[in-house]
Amino acid sequence: MSDFQPGDTVKVGTRFPIGHVRTPYYCRGLTGEVERRVGTFKNPEELAYGRADHEPLTLYRVRFRQKDIWPDYKGLDADTVDIELFENWLEPAA
Amino acid sequence: MSTEHPHNHSHDHGHDHDHSGAPKQPDTEDRALTYHAAMADAVADLLIAKGVFNADELRAKIETMQSRTPALGAKVVARAWVDDGFKQRLIQDGSSAVAELGLDPGPAPLTVVENTAETHNVIVCTLCSCYPVFLLGKSPDWYKSREYRSRVVREPRTVLAEFGTDIAEDQAVRVHDSTADLRYMVLPCRPEGTENLSESELTTLVTRDSLIGVIECKSE
Repeated sequence: MSDFQPGDTVKVGTRFPIGHVRTPYYCRGLTGEVERRVGTFKNPEELAYGRADHEPLTLYRVRFRQKDIWPDYKGLDADTVDIELFENWLEPAA
Repeated sequence: MSTEHPHNHSHDHGHDHDHSGAPKQPDTEDRALTYHAAMADAVADLLIAKGVFNADELRAKIETMQSRTPALGAKVVARAWVDDGFKQRLIQDGSSAVAELGLDPGPAPLTVVENTAETHNVIVCTLCSCYPVFLLGKSPDWYKSREYRSRVVREPRTVLAEFGTDIAEDQAVRVHDSTADLRYMVLPCRPEGTENLSESELTTLVTRDSLIGVIECKSE
């Protein structure tokens, strides 16, 4: 699992598992920029089923350009959405 | 209303209908018990029965949580407006800075995002309804609505305009989707013309909606 730094570009996984997933559909498969490394937290996808016996995951805040999310977005190029995403959903952007 | 009804109020009716003809507001028990409400009651009963906590502790916790209001967040903002060092610490580590004021930021790390002339911030939880309850109290119903949650991330400028907030054409809008373990609060811009106000006077300018980011603070 990569350790990302602020400013790194990352790509969100495109997959659709059933469960308590905290990665919104609208950012899956998209590329954004790491805004900060938040810290480590237990994986909500496991905690939701009462499974707490695992190593915590690194959580990042990733900034996406609105125009990358919504092609017809009406606003500035500088308009963004910041989303908290766990490391298991992120890979280095090509 | 029945035409046979004797409209003589000198006697004891023995009934409780509203003579205006308007439907009575239902009592709590008149609404159907939902599945999740029943589950919550059952879990609370079981935890009390098992001695995990007692009824008074549960009651006190509910009382404390329901006593929290956006006045707590307003206190934090007013301090940040008058004390730049505090403001920097607040943006760096919201939970620690809030604790400096003797307030309980709650278990989730508080992230404070600052509005500037260049950037307006707005908070949403698109997946559910995450909200900084410890500093703002109970969230407004619209914050939990599908409409707000789906639209503010998709067309924030339009949604903000519907709240009466027109964003300048050269000001960026930054949406924060509270998807996981952080909780967010906006640090609004200090309104112009408030240079002579005291810290406690400033707190009265800071409202709930400005802390969520759907409005800016006004000078009065």
